[in-house]
Amino acid sequence: MWNYSETVKDHFFNPRNAKALEDANAVGDVGSISCGDALRLTLKVNEQTEVIEDAGFQTFGCGSAIASSSALTELIIGKTVTEAEQLSNQQIVDYLGGLPAEKMHCSVMGQEALEAAIANYRGIELVDDDHEEGKLICRCFAVDEGKIFRAVQKHGLSTIEDVINYTKAGGACTSCHEKIEMVIDEVVAGKGPQSATAGEDSARVQPISSLPPTNPLMQKVLEILSNLRPYLQADGGDVSLVKASENLIVVSLSGACTGCMMTDMTLGWLQEQFSEALGFAIPVVNHIPEPVAESA
Amino acid sequence: MKKNIYLDNNATTKVDSMAVEAMMPLFTKQFGNPSSIHSFGDQVGAKLKVARRQVADLVGALHDSEIIFTSCATESTTTAIYSALKVNKDKKEIITTTVEHPATLDVCEQLEREGYIIHRLKVNKKGQLDLKKYAGVLSENTALVTVMWANNETGTLFPIEDMALMASEKGVLFHTDAVQAVGKIPLDIQDTEIDMLSFSGHKLHAPKGIGALYVRRGVRYRPLLRGGHQERGRRAGTENSAAIVAFGVAAEQAELHLDTLSGKVKALRDKLEQGILSQVGHTFVTGDPDNRVANTANIAFEYVEGEAILMLLNQFGIAASSGSACTSGSLEPSHVMQAMQIPFTAAHGTIRFSLSRYTTEKDIDYVISVVPEIIDKLRSFSPYWKDGKPLDIEAFEPAA
Repeated sequence: MWNYSETVKDHFFNPRNAKALEDANAVGDVGSISCGDALRLTLKVNEQTEVIEDAGFQTFGCGSAIASSSALTELIIGKTVTEAEQLSNQQIVDYLGGLPAEKMHCSVMGQEALEAAIANYRGIELVDDDHEEGKLICRCFAVDEGKIFRAVQKHGLSTIEDVINYTKAGGACTSCHEKIEMVIDEVVAGKGPQSATAGEDSARVQPISSLPPTNPLMQKVLEILSNLRPYLQADGGDVSLVKASENLIVVSLSGACTGCMMTDMTLGWLQEQFSEALGFAIPVVNHIPEPVAESA
Repeated sequence: MKKNIYLDNNATTKVDSMAVEAMMPLFTKQFGNPSSIHSFGDQVGAKLKVARRQVADLVGALHDSEIIFTSCATESTTTAIYSALKVNKDKKEIITTTVEHPATLDVCEQLEREGYIIHRLKVNKKGQLDLKKYAGVLSENTALVTVMWANNETGTLFPIEDMALMASEKGVLFHTDAVQAVGKIPLDIQDTEIDMLSFSGHKLHAPKGIGALYVRRGVRYRPLLRGGHQERGRRAGTENSAAIVAFGVAAEQAELHLDTLSGKVKALRDKLEQGILSQVGHTFVTGDPDNRVANTANIAFEYVEGEAILMLLNQFGIAASSGSACTSGSLEPSHVMQAMQIPFTAAHGTIRFSLSRYTTEKDIDYVISVVPEIIDKLRSFSPYWKDGKPLDIEAFEPAA
């Protein structure tokens, strides 16, 4: 098992400030249950002095996620909002006496929850840019295949070192180096990201022309989709049709239907529903928008 | 005092004391190489012959020569897959499932990159296969079917005898990874159409570092390791004689204790499950409860994360394991849980308790007594839990 420091163990077994503040005036939510960890940070900020007088965390996650949340609250209580804003995830790591490389993301989650809570206090809305594409390659820094593929392609990277410098992927435990080499080889060979999900893969390699809106099959597909949408909307997601042919339906998922395991699960469900309603098996894949300009 | 309760027997087991005793002289006095012509070698050779028979009996193999000793079941499985491909050079398809052990999955993934077509049969929410889909992909192009007998995470059993029969009717080779089945269910391989079967010593109270591959007499075979006449040229390399002798004794004991598994161990497993499920809400058993090995209970706890549960169990001196992402350093729950489409509220909170014939009722009573407080504690500061019940999850998940 993990070689957690004594401080990590202490904060896990005896978490500090594990509570929801009833009189909070700042709330920060990050993560989700489907991604495996989630943190809700509640702060009581003195509006005159801007001092964080109390902080509470509620965390769903592993030992180090709970310890990082606990450490976070200890680090920020008594600081002003401006001081707390300077807190980095590394300070959480240092406070805990270190974290295993594969668990660094737990400290990042703490820092992000703080950022979200401060934004909430100031009335600023943060844009959620959490997205995932394809298989997770680097588990230490949570870098997926799509991101590595694009970095290799865009910057003409050819070695593991390059990939580490540009994306961080492979920079810690090194167990993903073989997989990174495979991504580099794919780019050199001019292929698309290999796995993504099987569905996404076929969407890339088999461009299909959509049936005209007047086609009876197309009308049937649209009708089925409009019957299915309320179920997804009830769960905070949505789906729209991109194109359809006799042997493939391409949809675009949004909201709570995407991210982590949810994309695959939703697609599997849609595929079942479509195949059942149409009376024959038809793959349903998710449309991947062209990557927009990378932010630095 | 901290307890010492080991409920992780699907990971590895305690070595049977009779097996330990049997292997010790092979380190001290009978250390000869069985290939040698002198009496140092001879006496070891005689012991290996006994052990091979004991291991053959456990799976019901008719001929001693059908058992090839390997270093582990991963080696056995790799050998079986590559052998099948080498004897079927014109066939480029393999049938397997989405819930195999990585020993199978990773080899298949590599073969896929090399141009093979891999058919991965899916499972339903109870972890069961659809044999109609299996029949649909079996063809004259299939080089090998390789399917696990019992799942390591849930204990769910696949209908291996039926699947092997279907393969044999099409003239297709059939291999099963039986690591989690051998020593837990009675096997009589002679009555089946299984061509190759992999298993391991350390899952049945033998030491680590010893495995076996059963290859039915008459099945075409190519070795993975060449360079020696050991194992009749089927697996080169000096025999791990001490471990083989221990494996033999452990195999004999495992066979004698099959009734203990289906009797005492099953009763304890069921008691554990009922004890936990009746006290802790929002929990359920994963896999196929009516069709699984007797020692495994895989319980999903909603709204809590597996590693955190394991750490708290460990504080109480209880060892179990989890399909949770965080215990393995991955960010995704185990491929088995994902394949079964387990609800996302529980996908990260599955705990596997795997018992053995050494598990006592006292152990189980203690586990039942501490699990509720562990889950209560974690749920008390879970953002998805309030006043003893789950919150509306959508309030937290990213909005549309």
